[in-house]
Amino acid sequence: MSTPTLSTPRTSVAKPTAANGAALVATREIVARLRSKAFLISTGILLLAVLLSIVIGSIASSSTTEPKVAAVGSAATSLAHKGLDVTKISTESEARELVRSKKVDAAIVPDTAAKPFGIRVIGLDSAPSDVLSQLTIAPPVTLLEPSKQNPIIVYFVALAFGLIFFMSAITFGSTIAQSVVEEKQTRVVEILMSTIPVRILLAGKVLGNSILAFGQIAAIAILSSIGLLTTGQTALLGTLGPSIIWFVIFFVFGFVLLASLFAAAASLVSRAEDLPSVTTPVTMLVMVPYVLVLIFNNNALVLGIMSYVPFAAPVGMPMRIFLGQAAWWEPLLSLVILLAATAGVIVFGSRVYSNSLLRMGGRVKLRDALAR
Amino acid sequence: MLRVENVRKSYGGRVVLKDVNFDIADRRITGFVGANGAGKTTTMRIMLGVLNADSGRVTKDDRVLTPDDRRIFGYMPEERGLYPKMRLGEQIVYFGRLHGMTRAAAQRSTDSLLERLEIAERSGDEVDSLSLGNQQRAQIAAALVHEPEVLILDEPFSGLDPLGVDTVLDVLRDVAAQGAPVLFSSHQLDLVERLCDDLIVIADGEIRANGTPESLRAEHAHSSWDILLEGDAGWIREVAGVTVSELDGSHAVFAAADPAAAQRVLSRAVTLGGVRQFAPQRPSLAQIFKEIVR
Repeated sequence: MSTPTLSTPRTSVAKPTAANGAALVATREIVARLRSKAFLISTGILLLAVLLSIVIGSIASSSTTEPKVAAVGSAATSLAHKGLDVTKISTESEARELVRSKKVDAAIVPDTAAKPFGIRVIGLDSAPSDVLSQLTIAPPVTLLEPSKQNPIIVYFVALAFGLIFFMSAITFGSTIAQSVVEEKQTRVVEILMSTIPVRILLAGKVLGNSILAFGQIAAIAILSSIGLLTTGQTALLGTLGPSIIWFVIFFVFGFVLLASLFAAAASLVSRAEDLPSVTTPVTMLVMVPYVLVLIFNNNALVLGIMSYVPFAAPVGMPMRIFLGQAAWWEPLLSLVILLAATAGVIVFGSRVYSNSLLRMGGRVKLRDALAR
Repeated sequence: MLRVENVRKSYGGRVVLKDVNFDIADRRITGFVGANGAGKTTTMRIMLGVLNADSGRVTKDDRVLTPDDRRIFGYMPEERGLYPKMRLGEQIVYFGRLHGMTRAAAQRSTDSLLERLEIAERSGDEVDSLSLGNQQRAQIAAALVHEPEVLILDEPFSGLDPLGVDTVLDVLRDVAAQGAPVLFSSHQLDLVERLCDDLIVIADGEIRANGTPESLRAEHAHSSWDILLEGDAGWIREVAGVTVSELDGSHAVFAAADPAAAQRVLSRAVTLGGVRQFAPQRPSLAQIFKEIVR
């Protein structure tokens, strides 16, 4: 472009790239949030709550009465001073009967094949973690009725996945909604639109808030892992591992989907007071998997459906992996579905967003926002 | 030169711009005048690429502008807005970088602009702690930070005190002197009259007048005369070829069918007793505006 009439050297202004623009917008979002006292305080409270629940959980589990075990022959001698209520009996079949009749929590039998332990633990329907935690090293476990996780632990894992997804999606979903409407309310959006394309503005906002959400999730994950390790609850950490990894992967894309929906919804109104009227449907969408997973965490069919519905998959699929219900290809298929849905929602969201940004005053009708 | 050609725009059946054509020249400040709802803001948004026209085009030096060219514009929207909780200096640097400047260049430009606009000492303050006048100056800094090639300002002077107007005007004159076309809209016609080199009047989505203020005056002067006598001026009504529009004791304003009629009034007045003042009446921009828009 020739601008012969201009005397100022313009070497300082290059054509901004899309990535640059989005990165600048994202950085501004993050810095603005990190400077907000409300955000720092609420994050602090959330982390404190996570830490407290782990500490309280560990205190509660250690203050219960000593677990009852039936020990056979030489196995009994290795159990001295282990914090277990030991009943000595003579045969393994007798021990199995006691476990089945729930007279004892577990039976411990000699097993020369199980090196280096020399003993084997027999449980009823799940690994008796309270017994195992009393043994200095975990010996191999034989389950008489395998395939089910302890229902209490299942409930708490479901609660944890559901709650973390719900809390983060609501917190950062409303953050992005606030930030969109703030730009409309303060009218700064018109300057932004005259500076960079709208889709880059939207991309930057989603990116910035997603990074904040992942940062918070990572902080929770690290804090709870450290908490579980230092309070000696390593067995639980081991069984949760794979589902936590999948949860993080699904959360990344699921959050981008929800963030785009929140941004599009928020762009329909011009004042922060009007936000609830448009974000409520999206909030309901986030609540559905949370409620379902709490009620149906033992219902394979409901979990199976949830694990393929895009906005519920981040909770449903990790649950099924934890319960051992998902074949290896299922999370991959669900992830593909989630990716496709996320791409579709981004296209839909940016259309609504760019058509609504300059319409001030009353609420923009969705039909108008989608029109060309 | 920036040229707007055959631009039309309607919102859901309501025609906002019928067929808008005008040029704004390099190195000149052009005033854009029109009543509320006449189509000023819509025209400006289309020029910037923030809005799409239904038809027509905008060119700069005969090249059609696309939305990617928006970085060459400096824009100050009528609805003022900056991030209220962001520090002034950081915010101006942010807009510079969004336009593609390096951090260092944006910082240099911000520092010198804030200095020129006399708000440099507020650089570290949050924008919503500034006075309205200073927020206005901050807005102008945001429009200028990336050294735009074209400047478009919607009501840049509203909310400024007279000193603020002068400061901002100096900055705008500098931008124009460096070669950029500058377009600004305003309701304050006295200000427009004082500030602009060229003038565009829009009404009901159409351009009604376009030219220098002098040429508009020449076009709309109806050989009106203003006379102040020693005695009563009532007799002027009787002079042939003369229509009196205002009469107040010894003062009268009248339109003359031809210059000779005006001279007849003057010579009669001299014979009747002294003339304190006799001059062709220059219509004010406000009068011309009313006439054009009507």
